[in-house]
Amino acid sequence: MAEDSQFDIEYTAKLARINLSEEEKAKFSSQLNSIIGYVEKLGELDTSEVEPTAHPHPVENVWREDVASDSLPVDEALKNAPAQRNNMFVVPKVVD
Amino acid sequence: MQELYYKSASELAELLAGGELSSVELTQALIDRTKSVDEQVGAFNSFDEADALAQASASDERRASGDVLGPLDGIPVGLKDNLAVYGQPLTCSSKMLERFVSPYDATCIQKLKSTGAVLFGRLNLDEFAMGSSTENSAFGPTSNPWNLECVPGGSSGGSAAAVAAGEAVFALGSDTGGSIRQPASYCGVVGLKPTYGRVSRYGLAAFASSLDQIGPLARNVKDAASLLQAISGHDAFDSTSYKAEVPDFVASLESLKGRQWTLGLPKEYFAGVADSPALEPVRQAIEFYRGLGCEIKEVSLPHTEYAVATYYIVATAEASSNLARYDGIRYTHRAESFDAKDSVDIYCQSRAEGFGEEVKRRVILGTYVLSSGYYDAYYLKAQKVRTLIRQDFERVFREVDALLTPVAPEPAFRKGEKEDPLSMYLSDVFTISANLAGIPGLSLPCGYSGGLPVGLQILGKPFKEDEILAIGQEFETAHPFKDQHPKL
Repeated sequence: MAEDSQFDIEYTAKLARINLSEEEKAKFSSQLNSIIGYVEKLGELDTSEVEPTAHPHPVENVWREDVASDSLPVDEALKNAPAQRNNMFVVPKVVD
Repeated sequence: MQELYYKSASELAELLAGGELSSVELTQALIDRTKSVDEQVGAFNSFDEADALAQASASDERRASGDVLGPLDGIPVGLKDNLAVYGQPLTCSSKMLERFVSPYDATCIQKLKSTGAVLFGRLNLDEFAMGSSTENSAFGPTSNPWNLECVPGGSSGGSAAAVAAGEAVFALGSDTGGSIRQPASYCGVVGLKPTYGRVSRYGLAAFASSLDQIGPLARNVKDAASLLQAISGHDAFDSTSYKAEVPDFVASLESLKGRQWTLGLPKEYFAGVADSPALEPVRQAIEFYRGLGCEIKEVSLPHTEYAVATYYIVATAEASSNLARYDGIRYTHRAESFDAKDSVDIYCQSRAEGFGEEVKRRVILGTYVLSSGYYDAYYLKAQKVRTLIRQDFERVFREVDALLTPVAPEPAFRKGEKEDPLSMYLSDVFTISANLAGIPGLSLPCGYSGGLPVGLQILGKPFKEDEILAIGQEFETAHPFKDQHPKL
């Protein structure tokens, strides 16, 4: 099963927004192929009539009164920013 | 005469109340103990001595003026380094958050502060709680106090090791697939994963949001009950926290004592390990309950063999989504040593530098199972099998009050022994179903194998932590394990 898995490490790492070294690509491909081979055992079960579980206990939508309350002050919120200026995060230019 | 640092929270509360001990003396004793043994154990990522002593001194002042806040006032609690405490580091044992300082308190921390407990130290974990050995920490592994060559378990390995080594009276951990119960078992302490929704997750760095729960690790059941009491309850900041009444967990230990429980043994949990010598203490614990007059019944959880596969799809999918926030832009490590042409470049390189190997592997796996074309085959399929696993438990809990099982297939393994990620994942086989089903689970020391502690797991009905704690205390009271400590 592991052999014919279609796992594409380049594509998936790009989706995950993680640069990988060539070594990591080789290592992760083989490990993830074996993990994916293992989880394919779920295919043994017929679940056509089963509802999916997203949460272990029933949860209802939770509403609160639409009242403004205090939030984190800007200087606290920016305290951990790697780069900031004028109460904003600094990033490379996005549009020309 | 027992050392101060090995006394239980309830004993210490009496000494504090009787004026025989001050919180400053107690906190200093734990700081001294930590300084003398943590070089070997490595349970702490950091601790703020001055801050802890200031909290202790404030507690002593409250006591002097008759304003004691409760039984935890002045007693130090260790914290897993994935819980937010205002003004303190929160690293998740990751380079990604190496310099992060929390701008707010987690709800469980707010609650603990209101009890007057002294918050002490940031305890090591597998990076972002992903692992079963605390070897995946960016700041180095923690050692098992019973045998320094062995792992303490994980991911709350720092919390379990600190409690076992007398560096913490008790501690908070988090459990996504066994991360409180398995290290508790490996280190010979009590660990409780509460029912999903019992404790607010606000301020816990999210790994897998539908599985994560915060819970206590302690040297005895009563201390675990009192720490659980302090952190439980509905919270408007966590919409999945449950509006269920919180019982008095400590009082229930007395009121439920001596009940003739009906206890189930899931045959699938014992099938693969039936004659393993490592599980002899678990078998003896079962005989103990039989001797008390409890009815012991074999039951079946037929989808057990699918739990590990289900878990590693659901957990990694949720992790890949949760960890998307670590993008190098707002509050994390940002890659600097290259010429980024856009923000995506910053994300990709910052995540390459900031995440360790296991985190990368799980985020990529989670991304894959959610990606276009694979979602139905993996993620949706796993959510459906999760329903079957949940229904297995609903069915057996109509027949029995609780289940008795091993916590792990073997005692603590040696560092470096499980290099293959899949073999590490398979060691979680007995603990992960409780997270998938959302039920509470207690890990309780029940003996030794090869000089290493072995734990008994007691799984209970949703929101019946009081029952599994009471069942556990029956065993604890009749055995010497809570008073046995590693030699350091």
